[in-house]
Amino acid sequence: MKISNQSIIEMYEKMLKIRKFETKAMNLFAEGKIPGFVHLYIGEEAVATGACASLRDDDYITSTHRGHGHIIAKGGDLKYMMAELFGKETGYCKGKGGSMHIADATKGILGANGIVGAGHTIAVGAGLAAQYKGTDQVCVCFFGDASTNQSTFHEGLNLASIWKLPVVFVCENNGYGISVSQARHQAITDISVRAVAYNMPGITVDGNDVFAVYEAVNEAVSRARKGQGPTLVECKTYRWRGHFEGDPTVYRPVEELEQWKKKDPIPRMEKYIIENKVMTEADVTKLNEKMEKMVDDAVDFAVKSNNPSMASAVEDVYTDIIEEARVR
Amino acid sequence: MEMKEMTYKDAIKLAMSEEMRKDENIIFIGEDIGLYGGAFGVSVGMFEEFGEERVRDTPISEAVIAGAAAGAAATGLRPICEMMFGDFITIAMDNLVNQAAKMRYMFGGKAKVPMTMRLPFGSGTGAAAQHTQSLEAWLCHVPGLKVVSASTPAEAKGLLKAAIRDDNPVCFIEHKLLYKMKGEVPVDDEYIVPLGVSDVKREGTDVTIVSYGTMLYRVLEAAEAVAKEGISVEVIDPRTLYPMDTATIIESVKKTGRAIVVHEACKTGGLGGEIAAAISESEAFDFLDAPVLRLGGLDTPIPYNRNLEAAAIPTVDKIKDAIYKVMNR
Repeated sequence: MKISNQSIIEMYEKMLKIRKFETKAMNLFAEGKIPGFVHLYIGEEAVATGACASLRDDDYITSTHRGHGHIIAKGGDLKYMMAELFGKETGYCKGKGGSMHIADATKGILGANGIVGAGHTIAVGAGLAAQYKGTDQVCVCFFGDASTNQSTFHEGLNLASIWKLPVVFVCENNGYGISVSQARHQAITDISVRAVAYNMPGITVDGNDVFAVYEAVNEAVSRARKGQGPTLVECKTYRWRGHFEGDPTVYRPVEELEQWKKKDPIPRMEKYIIENKVMTEADVTKLNEKMEKMVDDAVDFAVKSNNPSMASAVEDVYTDIIEEARVR
Repeated sequence: MEMKEMTYKDAIKLAMSEEMRKDENIIFIGEDIGLYGGAFGVSVGMFEEFGEERVRDTPISEAVIAGAAAGAAATGLRPICEMMFGDFITIAMDNLVNQAAKMRYMFGGKAKVPMTMRLPFGSGTGAAAQHTQSLEAWLCHVPGLKVVSASTPAEAKGLLKAAIRDDNPVCFIEHKLLYKMKGEVPVDDEYIVPLGVSDVKREGTDVTIVSYGTMLYRVLEAAEAVAKEGISVEVIDPRTLYPMDTATIIESVKKTGRAIVVHEACKTGGLGGEIAAAISESEAFDFLDAPVLRLGGLDTPIPYNRNLEAAAIPTVDKIKDAIYKVMNR
């Protein structure tokens, strides 16, 4: 498949942006500067990047608790993301959602999500709206291996299939549902086989190869746009960090992580870019610096932003009721 | 106002149909609502009028009904969902509670989720514990949801239309025993009963009774009976259970000095406690001549045997006894 140099550079930039954002978030969490839970995407960057490369601004995604990568890949703004991690009023959720709930309706980002398996049904709804209104929008639903054991995975794929909805189900099989390995949480190796049960195409790709992900999802997206229904794309990958920051990861051997680090999607792409003269080494260095600066600026923006006003806690629950103002 | 007599069930269908004729973005999804016309026949004829694109039979998959409705609502549609039995909302609780109800808040106010979840609640059908519950208190406990309960055919039409037009997720409770009840319903297709407004169903001076659903009719019967004994009961139907118009209730209690709440839902954790507390916390407290009483269902699953089922929820006699108690008779 022919991919333009421009697209390749954009994908590389996004992967870098995710890696640097996540590395910064990791450090900030360790320093106690951001509260709550942080689930990092380091090591899985090729999945979100490759999958979102075929999407337009008006397409939708649903995300997960490990959502930063999806949001960046779909065009989320690092400043508002970082501000949300800091709980500031300038954050995507006005400081009321945090890492697990970042959403940007203007970019079709229907939210990260704290519930494993919740995105499947919401994605079906977004696909239904697109189909009903006769647009050619699609929704990419990101989810992990463990969520494919939830009822919502089966209910969502089934409904998307019988109604031929424009949804692409992108499974990030990172081998673990929190601490339980895939071998212990399901009796299959390739999750894509579950597509058979719903009579939709299913494919497994190397999730650390951004081109492989792009190619598979691109085909699925174009089928969806043409009204040919949903696809299940499984991307095999690995999360370098624990389930959340602070997870001691006693459940997995160090050697396993080391093996996967050798398959790091970013140097792999750099090698391709330089060997194929898409960019020079100097350009690569410069882009790295640019992304680092962008992340630093986002932190700066977040730090300088205000905390939300106390009054804002009761806003935006409803479109028309502000609880404190209500006579009870 | 031009009126037409129809059943509660037909009033619900009329509300949905009128709104669907006006707004193309409204779709109706649920189990067996299409050709079959709904488990209780509420939607008979709608499939024929609106077609399979807008009246959508789903698989028996309650979680995706609620979750897809939330996703579709957040992306521009205004879905109406029917849970075949309100009890089945338990299977869709994550989608309703963690997703639909919280989406606007978590999106920093930049999304709206205009969906209506129709829920046939209530016992009296001999259907036993999994098809008879009254779970409204669960729903009222969730910030982000509005909860509505219609007691008459006219209100079923007016409140449901208001629910469908609302930009928030609204749970619309229908009591199954009311489906066949007939009443005069306004023909006007702009007839709306606004959410958040209680209705005084009977005026009185001695005792305020708050009730809704089928219990409302037992309360009215009890009120009629004690009227012959010189006790004047005021009956208030909140109609919207969240956000509830408690001001009307409080004003009434200030006048009567006595209050009873009657509902079919289990007494423990039921809305009766919430309403009683709202009265006690208000200026009406100083006017109280007796403790606020709650009459609710037994804290048991609804039993199958007809005699046991009937005994599980408040009866006219129990309501009369409560009235005598607060009247010190």
